[in-house]
Amino acid sequence: MTDSHNGGFSPGPAGPGDGAPPLLMLSGIGKRFGGVRALGDASLTLTAGSVHVLLGENGAGKSTLINIIAGTFGPDAGSYCLDGQAVRGLTPHRARQAGISAVFQEFSLAPNLTVEENLFLGRERHRLGVLDRRAMRARAQAVLDDLGFDISPRQRTGDLSRAHQQMVEIAKALMDPVKVLILDEPTASLTEAETERLFALVDRLRAEGVGIIYVSHRLREIIRLADRITVLRDGCTITSIDAAGVTEDGLVELMTGRRMDALYPQIPHDPGAALLELSGLTLANRTVEDVSLIARAGEITGIAGLVGCGKSEVIRAVYGLETLNGGEIRLKGQPYRPSGPARALAAGVCYFPSDRVAEGLALGRPIRENASMAALDRQKGVVRRGQERSFIKATMDRLRLRPANIERAVGTLSGGNRQKVMLARGLTRPTQVFLFDEPTVGIDVGAKAEVYDFLRDLVRDGAAVVLVSSDLPEVLHLSNRLYVMHRGHIAAELTGADITEAQVLACFFQEDAA
Amino acid sequence: MSVHLPSHHPQPQQGAERLMLAVAGIGLLPLLLLALVAVLALTEPRFLGTANLLNILRSASVLAVVASGQMLVLIVGGFDLSVGAVVALSSTVGATAMAGAAASGVSPALAITVGCAAGLGAGALVGLVNGLCVAVLKVSPFMVTLGTMSAASGVALLLTNGIPVYGLPDGFVTGFGRAVWLGLPSALVVSLILLGVVAVLQRHTLAGPALRAVGGNVQAARVSGVAVRGWTVSAYVGCSLLAALTGLLLTARIGSGQASLGGLNMTMESIATAVIAGVSLRGGAGRVEMVALGAVFLAVISNAMNLSRVDSKAQLVVLGVILIAAVALDELGKRRRVRV
Repeated sequence: MTDSHNGGFSPGPAGPGDGAPPLLMLSGIGKRFGGVRALGDASLTLTAGSVHVLLGENGAGKSTLINIIAGTFGPDAGSYCLDGQAVRGLTPHRARQAGISAVFQEFSLAPNLTVEENLFLGRERHRLGVLDRRAMRARAQAVLDDLGFDISPRQRTGDLSRAHQQMVEIAKALMDPVKVLILDEPTASLTEAETERLFALVDRLRAEGVGIIYVSHRLREIIRLADRITVLRDGCTITSIDAAGVTEDGLVELMTGRRMDALYPQIPHDPGAALLELSGLTLANRTVEDVSLIARAGEITGIAGLVGCGKSEVIRAVYGLETLNGGEIRLKGQPYRPSGPARALAAGVCYFPSDRVAEGLALGRPIRENASMAALDRQKGVVRRGQERSFIKATMDRLRLRPANIERAVGTLSGGNRQKVMLARGLTRPTQVFLFDEPTVGIDVGAKAEVYDFLRDLVRDGAAVVLVSSDLPEVLHLSNRLYVMHRGHIAAELTGADITEAQVLACFFQEDAA
Repeated sequence: MSVHLPSHHPQPQQGAERLMLAVAGIGLLPLLLLALVAVLALTEPRFLGTANLLNILRSASVLAVVASGQMLVLIVGGFDLSVGAVVALSSTVGATAMAGAAASGVSPALAITVGCAAGLGAGALVGLVNGLCVAVLKVSPFMVTLGTMSAASGVALLLTNGIPVYGLPDGFVTGFGRAVWLGLPSALVVSLILLGVVAVLQRHTLAGPALRAVGGNVQAARVSGVAVRGWTVSAYVGCSLLAALTGLLLTARIGSGQASLGGLNMTMESIATAVIAGVSLRGGAGRVEMVALGAVFLAVISNAMNLSRVDSKAQLVVLGVILIAAVALDELGKRRRVRV
């Protein structure tokens, strides 16, 4: 393998126990974004020629940690050593020069460029600025062939399927010699056969001495690949163990661990009339196809699924944020045609977006204005400041906002408090159907518990709550009925004792008949 | 090679669908242009006259050079409202410097060099300000170039008080601006060379993929080590330089420096040309060959309106309608793309 994709990189004889420094060593890494603590005390030690799995729930800080390793942003605290040398001021570019390559979930591909242009982006072969297209094409073809990817270098990247884009992304990470390869949920969009292909590649790179950091939620993959497992929880490294002999059950316990029962409140479900009924719902962009479900008053209806399975799009469609192609929606028994949020709010439906910064909040404005935003049409054209203030104050007190100053700009709040401002919006007008999209993403455990209490109160008061979440324990514990989505379809409806991790995972892992 | 891939092979095509694909392959613009020329050739006897055709090409070439600069900025996801003002600025600054140098008794060749350098320098300065404000200060391109547009045309007017600057060396006007090379007006030949240079830069140098990557996905470009700021600034400087060159070409032909050259109308036309040529307003796409065709298309339409004596004020209305139609088509094209 003299001219392999890895550029003939030879790691040297770095076996365990020969005194050589580990390839990569991070300790005590901390990182805050505004008021939100993403990492508190994260550590990781990677040896050459091994696969190190990073395990943790959503929001545990995995992606922040790999972004720090890849140089996307720097840590606020802690030390970062590569080959025993302290590293400072890392940028993505310098990281790549140092042999650290990352394959992120959000693709780093320009959709308007061809595959070969993307592969060579930022390191084109050229003589005095004049591109050597022939050499680049030959090299791109060689790399793709070597990896066994059936993609033409001349295709426009945006025209490729997600799985093929994923392959281009992997090929791009391997264009130059790599020492450390970061794979963030690389199999999320791959078929079974493509996944096997990827595993073979990982095995080969490990044999060549590359250190691989592998992030995945798929337990089978982890058991198949891992040499070592580091568990992150709430931004801190909980433990780092040898992967030999771990079982799927053991992994689940490591990942979710503690205080599960204390975190989730007992919710007394009392299913009443069906407030929201979907039948045969299909979206114009095909992210959701033929979805039928019911949400009843007095219970939480969960929708679980992997990222990109269309679960968010279902409730966004009800709120009028996606274009329908077919199917029927009934609200409180009446046919309903979504035309936009204003109509949905008037009909008693409220949606809480997962991306609170992009879709939810005006960061520069005070809490008071953000909370009353959805009820502006109820003020009959004239905003009565005094009434608004006392009403919002009462609402925020009910949500236990701390510190209780409703004139603070939302941008200065932590993730949990921001979510409370969002929740307050749902209380400013009569609402019977609450649609939650990842309500606890990016907020700490304490605030999570308060969001759960809020959900419990809503259900007790007879509202219908639809909870969409990628946080598996969350939907498992809170839902009275749980729908599992897979590639735009409902894969299963689980009730009562059937709502178990094993059942849900079975649906996640089912393969298409294709 | 044993990877199983979900196949996306198109179904056997129907006749209409095949036609659509053929149109998509060649592009709508060349076909429209061909149809327009055919109709005019049949209905308007004066259209195919040599003088008329040269006239069309001359105005198309001026527009094409400015629009190809506009294209560079659009590709990086920007916008340049100042191109028309830069044409006026380089004309007046260049002419003033040239006339001044000529009057002080230096050789005509030196005077011409000084004048051209001054015109190009003034243009490059505007481009630099535009680029730095957008790339470093992150000001919206619309606002920055609106500001520099006002400033540049103000300087042009201050410098000349609105009076044309005469006294240019003969070699510049009759020897260059009004010369005929190979049977073609010199401005047309120079424009073709400039467009050729832009085409080579786009296809065969680093600038091509780098500019498109910045416009297509800034984050991807940054992560891949592309110098995003540098390329953004280069695009704005390149755009202003091409506008400044156009200003000098026009000055040479007219024989005087004028603050009334270019202007808002040329800015509008340059954007319309680029959009008609398929340069995306969202950045990341655009080919200079198509921009040249787009310029010919607009020039033919305006020529047809002149031949049939459409009022010049009414022509503005037509230009506006074409611009909006082109942008709307661009948006529709985006929406038709289904997410995979």
